[in-house]
Amino acid sequence: MKSSTSTDITPDMVRQHGMTLEEFRRIQDLLGRVPNVTELGIFSVMWSEHCSYKSSRYYLKKLPTEGPRVLQGPGENAGVVDIGDGMAVVFKIESHNHPSFIEPRQGAATGVGGILRDIFTMGARPIALMNSLRFGAPDHPRTRFLVNGVVDGISNYGNCTGVPTVGGEIYFDPCYNGNILVNVFCLGLVPSDKIFLGNASGVGNPVIYFGSKTGRDGIHGASMASSEFDESSEEKRPTVQVGDPFAEKLLIEACLELMNEDWVVGIQDMGAAGLTCSTFEMAGRGGTGIDLELSKVPMREEGMTPYDILLSESQERMLVVVHKGMEEEALTLFHKWDLDAAIVGEVTDKPVVRIFENGNPVVNLPVELVVDGALDLKRPTKKPGYLKNVDHVNLKLVSDLALGGETLKKLLATPNIANKHWVYEQYDHMVRLNTLGLPGSDAAVLRVKGTKKALALSVDCNSRYCYLDPFHGAQIAVAECVRNITCSGGEPIGLTNCLNFGNPEKPEIMWQFEQAVSGMGAACKFFDIPVVSGNVSLYNETTGEAIYPTPTVAVVGLLEDRSYHTTQWFKEDGDCIGLIGDTMEELGGSEYLSVLCERVEGKPPHLDLPLARSVNELCLGLIKDGLIASAHDCSEGGLGVALAESCMSHPQAPRGAVMDVESTIRNDACLFGESQSRILVSFSAENRMAVEEKAKALGAPFEVIGKVGGDSLVVNVNGEEFINEEVSHLKKLWMGALESYVR
Amino acid sequence: MNCGVVVFPGSNCDHDCFHILKHVFKLHTEWIWHKGDMDLSRFDLVVLPGGYSYGDYLRPGAIAQFSTVMKEVVRFAESGGRVLGICNGFQVLVEAKLLPGALIQNNTQKFICKTVPVRVENTSTSFTGECADESVLNIPIAHHQGSYFIDPDGLSQLEENRQVLFRYCGPAGEVTDEFNPNGSVGNIAGIINKGGNVMGLMPHPERCADPAWSNLDGQLIFKSIINSLQSGVSA
Repeated sequence: MKSSTSTDITPDMVRQHGMTLEEFRRIQDLLGRVPNVTELGIFSVMWSEHCSYKSSRYYLKKLPTEGPRVLQGPGENAGVVDIGDGMAVVFKIESHNHPSFIEPRQGAATGVGGILRDIFTMGARPIALMNSLRFGAPDHPRTRFLVNGVVDGISNYGNCTGVPTVGGEIYFDPCYNGNILVNVFCLGLVPSDKIFLGNASGVGNPVIYFGSKTGRDGIHGASMASSEFDESSEEKRPTVQVGDPFAEKLLIEACLELMNEDWVVGIQDMGAAGLTCSTFEMAGRGGTGIDLELSKVPMREEGMTPYDILLSESQERMLVVVHKGMEEEALTLFHKWDLDAAIVGEVTDKPVVRIFENGNPVVNLPVELVVDGALDLKRPTKKPGYLKNVDHVNLKLVSDLALGGETLKKLLATPNIANKHWVYEQYDHMVRLNTLGLPGSDAAVLRVKGTKKALALSVDCNSRYCYLDPFHGAQIAVAECVRNITCSGGEPIGLTNCLNFGNPEKPEIMWQFEQAVSGMGAACKFFDIPVVSGNVSLYNETTGEAIYPTPTVAVVGLLEDRSYHTTQWFKEDGDCIGLIGDTMEELGGSEYLSVLCERVEGKPPHLDLPLARSVNELCLGLIKDGLIASAHDCSEGGLGVALAESCMSHPQAPRGAVMDVESTIRNDACLFGESQSRILVSFSAENRMAVEEKAKALGAPFEVIGKVGGDSLVVNVNGEEFINEEVSHLKKLWMGALESYVR
Repeated sequence: MNCGVVVFPGSNCDHDCFHILKHVFKLHTEWIWHKGDMDLSRFDLVVLPGGYSYGDYLRPGAIAQFSTVMKEVVRFAESGGRVLGICNGFQVLVEAKLLPGALIQNNTQKFICKTVPVRVENTSTSFTGECADESVLNIPIAHHQGSYFIDPDGLSQLEENRQVLFRYCGPAGEVTDEFNPNGSVGNIAGIINKGGNVMGLMPHPERCADPAWSNLDGQLIFKSIINSLQSGVSA
């Protein structure tokens, strides 16, 4: 090997590459020699937490990944689930947390770019984006800058590529002050017999590089994403890549056109760890090797070393293996779309990747060692001490409310609950003509052209619950997503997750991780939802402060008939309002307790999974029978906020409502507690008997609690007026709060 | 009736326009690739769709105006062919000088995607014949550079010739600053050329023309074009 003597590599260099000396010794033992610097760079990215999942893999095995609809589970670029009619959906959620904190606009933009490529790489036309964003406290000096930057980045990239951003969630909490979260979800549609995988097979087949040229940007991005932040993180700005959404749009169209032909053997995008990762992973899946000639790679600048070229994370690049003899046709197609393209190598028999520069060997590594050689770590776990202080709440110290109007208004104006139109109006959420409901609904609903079907998408995680109890917090995230899908008229068919946690080298963090994954797995098994793809983001801490555990989940649901699509707002004066589910005296972890009492404590609300199922069954049954006019999940802010939202969110004519609630619990818990498994529905008076009969037959708790009508939201508790507020006034507060903060 | 939808690199509402023409209105519709030097004379209607042609680099439409296909579009328009430019298509038409004025950054400095009311200002054209006088249509906008600008002389000419076809307005047709989403001069959302055969507008009529939604206001514009062409009324 050129430039590789054992004296080249010092312990310092190993550490600078984010590796332990133990890992370096393992490389030497397994390789039987000392790697050269380029090879060390390859190991450092491929064995990084980001690419190897070395801390998490052991636990992830516990998630259910199979089901009758699953065409492709975890391990490929994204998961694939069959939806019938010869169609399948391809989806995944992925994080871009570290880059977005350093450079919010480009960090978020390239997050969108990366997840889009994971989807169209598999042959699917991307039809929807969603995102889950977490920022620090609203009054933290950096928060507004980060919100504006991230939203602008997503807007610019997503809009330009012509893929609608149809929904998402945004939370603010001081735990994200030094480490924001940007999780981006994408879903694509593909004929179920035309799915493409990232493997390199067929000895002698050419390997083609296409897309943007390779520059020096983003070198070591994957390693950056695998370490904590400190004061010097700002200096890492050059490791953030710069996105070109126009190039991405051309890539989408060129790839989909290419895949109409029978030329493609395997294809993969160059994401984290760039050309290195795609080369090794494609060879790994194909059980083959690849010979690569670096001088053929289209480059943006002169003088790039093999190290630079192999570790660059320049955006909008793809690697494809085509059948021998089809290379000229493929190149012609790429040139039609004005993309750079070149044959850079070929598939070989022996499972070794050999990389040359002008014919001189620079890398020679066995595929399996690089792809699967990182040791699965079973890191130690330990229950964190903080739980003793926060896992209970003494409600005697919180005085109950005699009147609820002011509290309701405060809650509606918190950035977590406030309407998010300031954000989603910056996203093109309509392009491609599939979006049936506006963002801001319980779930985003998209029609599937050419069929009667529709898809419902929901992304969720209440990280405060996860901080207080990661096992149940993760279960609640799954249950809430399923409930959102139900409220929109769909049934869950698959799940993808983005597990955002702190430093896994700390046993307390690993305990949170283990608990959350176990809880998520148990809930998925209960609801029979396969986990088909996902992403793990660790080291989300700055100067030793970890974020709350944030296991974000996105659930995809199917509406067999798009006429089942149900919205959250009250429709007609005189309609009855009913509540499915039970309200208990639970305030732990609530938005109410946090915002009004500044207490992050207590147990998260109890989740009774069988009850959750029967509530969902009743709601979906009522929707399918055409008995209800609206359905809305009760979540942050409880019944009070859900009621207000059902009143306010009618796009043309907001409605008032008069509620008479019988309660044996505290007033604040009754209206603002966040008991799980509750759905607020409305229906015409003539359907009332049928609705009540169905509830009885299914054994789900159900009560009629009020009527739609008037200009105000009036809530009487045990005959006493508790809330009486004009809906137009509430709406003004709710609509304006976020914008007036962010601007 | 033959329709053509131009595809620039970066167009992203091309599929939507194609879908409405072909699958909703059942018209013969073809793609027109930007590199072609295809003779457009066999088309009755050429649509320049929304999107980010050439990435909107430099300025929306600034590069697209020089593409091969635009030479043909100009020739087609000059010989009286019907051209509809939506959003980025409007920006391209302006850059290509087929329509007067310019489209600049929204005064909000943000991308805006939402359904807004627009008032129909002139129903005697072949793009608006099916609309009622001064009716209000609800049509989505989705743009970052959609603020229409023209100098005072140009504006008075537009007004004089009744070339303004749509203005942003309130729900009852109030044309005021309050209901101007992007700072357009005179709340202008769409205009027509003097010859009456080239129209550009920022709102997306193709986004409210599919019966999967209850709002079908966009159909009125397509129906106006189709009816005028099929009845043989020249523009």
